[in-house]
Amino acid sequence: MGIIHYTNRGKYTIFQVFTDIASWLVVDILGLSRATKLGDALHFFIEDTTKIFFLLLVMIYVIALLRASMNLERVRDYLAGKHKGVGYLLAASFGAITPFCSCSSIPVFLGFTSAGIPVGITMSFLITSPLINEVAVLLLLSLLGWKFTVLYVVVGMSIGILSGVFLDAIKAERWLQSFAAKALVQGKEASLSVKVAHISALSLKERHNFAKEEMLEIFARVWKWVIVGVGLGASLHGFVPDGWIQEHLGAGQWWSVPSAVLLGIPLYSNATGVIPVMESLIKQGLPIGTTLAFCMSTVAASFPEFILLKQVMQWRLLAVLFLLLLSAFTLIGWIFNFLTPFI
Amino acid sequence: MKEIKVLGTGCAKCTKSVEVITKIANELNIEVHITKVIDPEVIMAYSVMTTPTIIVDEINVHSGSIPHREAIIRWLKG
Repeated sequence: MGIIHYTNRGKYTIFQVFTDIASWLVVDILGLSRATKLGDALHFFIEDTTKIFFLLLVMIYVIALLRASMNLERVRDYLAGKHKGVGYLLAASFGAITPFCSCSSIPVFLGFTSAGIPVGITMSFLITSPLINEVAVLLLLSLLGWKFTVLYVVVGMSIGILSGVFLDAIKAERWLQSFAAKALVQGKEASLSVKVAHISALSLKERHNFAKEEMLEIFARVWKWVIVGVGLGASLHGFVPDGWIQEHLGAGQWWSVPSAVLLGIPLYSNATGVIPVMESLIKQGLPIGTTLAFCMSTVAASFPEFILLKQVMQWRLLAVLFLLLLSAFTLIGWIFNFLTPFI
Repeated sequence: MKEIKVLGTGCAKCTKSVEVITKIANELNIEVHITKVIDPEVIMAYSVMTTPTIIVDEINVHSGSIPHREAIIRWLKG
């Protein structure tokens, strides 16, 4: 079984310009050969950062333009009173397309809860949200190709949906902090008395303003992550000997997946930073499953976030949630490593 | 005197919002009472989901970002 190449760089001829920029800077200006480790790593770094920065600026603007009228209040009103069966799927889908700052997790959790939305559905939303967002999908598409992107989105949503179903099945609401539990009960009875004022249709100018602010804000937040992520990816690319990863951390070693998940916990990053690292790891021959597991654990299971959730959940529920995510990521890793030869 | 509350569970933007409002109030020489609300139970009672949210005299005037200068001046003078 050879290494499967998920990177289809050749197909995206529009991205050739970034390869050329990198070659020009590294070879012509700095006089380094791409055959040297430093030259190769630097080339990778420049090509990826310029490409990612360009994509981020253009695509965030376009996407924000389209989703200017989308907001959390609408999502909540929509989810409240939905049948449970579709609730999880809808919540995970909204999680994927509605952005919110992780510092807003608590108000979002309480907002949903006090509208009477079951804990599981709320958690489907909150778990999917950091895993999938437009920036992540964009980076995956450009760096790892569409197959991997589809795989990632399907897996991310499934984890969100199944975790939600599981949490409701074990009656997780028992372990909320008492004020949150009370709000949930009241919310169910009141069936959403607080309606949000009608939002009038946005003019094109308002959409443009929203998109411009969104673009600048997201860019200001993530550019450092891109540099760090691509930098790490570039050093892996240039300095880890070819075949080393495949030999030592290949699909044959079952323990490599849980190790990758554990390693991801203290490493906190958002998806933007971790995707360039994934690209590099996969090219070096790290199995897809192990890479996915590592990435998801880095993005979705971090201690600072969990400590925040303590304000609304008891330790017991936090522990359940944490273990749930870790086992889900490990399982995903194993399944994908097992399936890779057949894809 | 204006009573301004900045709701948020300790995010960087919330702290920044308090700073900006305080600074502008000082510039305009308007006396205000600014409180930072971090208790999730209280935040829930205002039924807001994006932070920072700015409450001026018990009215929710702004949500989800650091407010613009013009908006702050409007609230302070209003």
